[in-house]
Amino acid sequence: MKYLDEYRDAGLAQGLLEQIRSAQKHPWVLMEVCGGQTHSIVKFGIDDLLPSGIELVHGPGCPVCVTPLELIDKAHAIASRTDVIFCSFGDMLRVPGSECDLLTVKSRGADVRVVYSPLECLKIARKHPDKQVVFFAIGFETTAPANAMLVWRAKQEGLENVSVLVSHVLVPPAIEAILDSPWNRVQGFLGPGHVCAIMGFREYEEISARFKVPIVITGFEPVDLLEGVLMAVRQLEEGRAEVENQYVRAVMRDGNTAARRIVSSVFEVCERKWRGVGPIPQSGYRLRTEFEAFDAERRFDVGAIDTQEPAVCISGEVLRGIRKPHDCPAFAKECTPAHPLGATMVSSEGACAAYYLYGRHLKPGNRSTEGKAAQTG
Amino acid sequence: MCLGIPGQVVSLESAGGLRMGKVRFGGVAREVCLEYVPEVALGDYVVVHAGFAISRVDEQEAARTYQLLEEMGQLTELDEPDTETGPGQVERPGEKAR
Repeated sequence: MKYLDEYRDAGLAQGLLEQIRSAQKHPWVLMEVCGGQTHSIVKFGIDDLLPSGIELVHGPGCPVCVTPLELIDKAHAIASRTDVIFCSFGDMLRVPGSECDLLTVKSRGADVRVVYSPLECLKIARKHPDKQVVFFAIGFETTAPANAMLVWRAKQEGLENVSVLVSHVLVPPAIEAILDSPWNRVQGFLGPGHVCAIMGFREYEEISARFKVPIVITGFEPVDLLEGVLMAVRQLEEGRAEVENQYVRAVMRDGNTAARRIVSSVFEVCERKWRGVGPIPQSGYRLRTEFEAFDAERRFDVGAIDTQEPAVCISGEVLRGIRKPHDCPAFAKECTPAHPLGATMVSSEGACAAYYLYGRHLKPGNRSTEGKAAQTG
Repeated sequence: MCLGIPGQVVSLESAGGLRMGKVRFGGVAREVCLEYVPEVALGDYVVVHAGFAISRVDEQEAARTYQLLEEMGQLTELDEPDTETGPGQVERPGEKAR
């Protein structure tokens, strides 16, 4: 496929690896922010191909992972109602709440449907005027325009049987929280390409200047990721700290203005709790007052739900790049993708689940890196 | 979750008050909302996420980047010595350790 296959080219990847080897003189710790990038890195074994002086740690960029447990429990309470058709992206179906996952709720008779686009909820709502159609609106900035359009159109059409359960989180406040931490080890970031396709990267310029940290807005294919690493390493070796854009074919400095306009009409910034991390100020979206009639939490009044995470789980530290999945005593033992104990195991884009899926059960020194280099497509 | 797939716009239409179109990914075509890429024309490539085109792929930038990367790869290959002891051999960091 065009714009996909060429960015998985083994020859290009080898060339970039050579450049990285000659550019790198000192040890550096880089964080890829987005869960999609983490998945690519582990899938293609990119971290194993890099010189040993460059460590990649995995960031908090998986919205499925960081959706708080109590919100998942609320989703289950709403989905279980007989008057509700509950719609969700497929990623959320297997994420366990306190008692079970959405798939189990469905098997008990609830009408739970997977949608590819939030706009499908409009069709369902028109077809079933006697039912309440609720959409689980989760995601980062990348997904916000799609979810905002659902609410925008529902209001325009006067579809009163549509509502959204919102769990929207934002990337820049999470990066700031990581950099502010006294345990921070991250010296440079691979920024989230698709988040920036929407939002642009002016906010990242402020962060880069304030914390004197290089941020390279990066794509998702192996060649993109290696070029992102090369650009970040060059900045660090030359003592520069600025925002550079590796993903020029899809990202502009101001992002997508049409999308941002709808997002800021429908949503406003608020504090959000991140699973495994806790509350971060100004780190998410909620519906603006003009759209609060579409808020499922108000419409169904599910109340406050108390939840408890297992004490053994270190996902909070994994999400902030302080520890790796195999540092956890429960990893691949009592905690697996089928029975996750915490945030980073619940979705395939979480660092723990990616490590589990691609056989990273051992620390780097204890596993073979052979055979990974040729895996390019 | 933030997965975005590049595909080619193969039809433009209006549906439910929105600018929609069909986008082809390899052999599969899907209906996609094009409201956020008003500049897009038939034949353009877009990055699609959750049923929405979130960005038009800048073909010139893509071609330029690809060419740069390719040249970089070729230059590295030219650096590669033909024989162990050939004249003009370039010694690179880490080479002795290998």
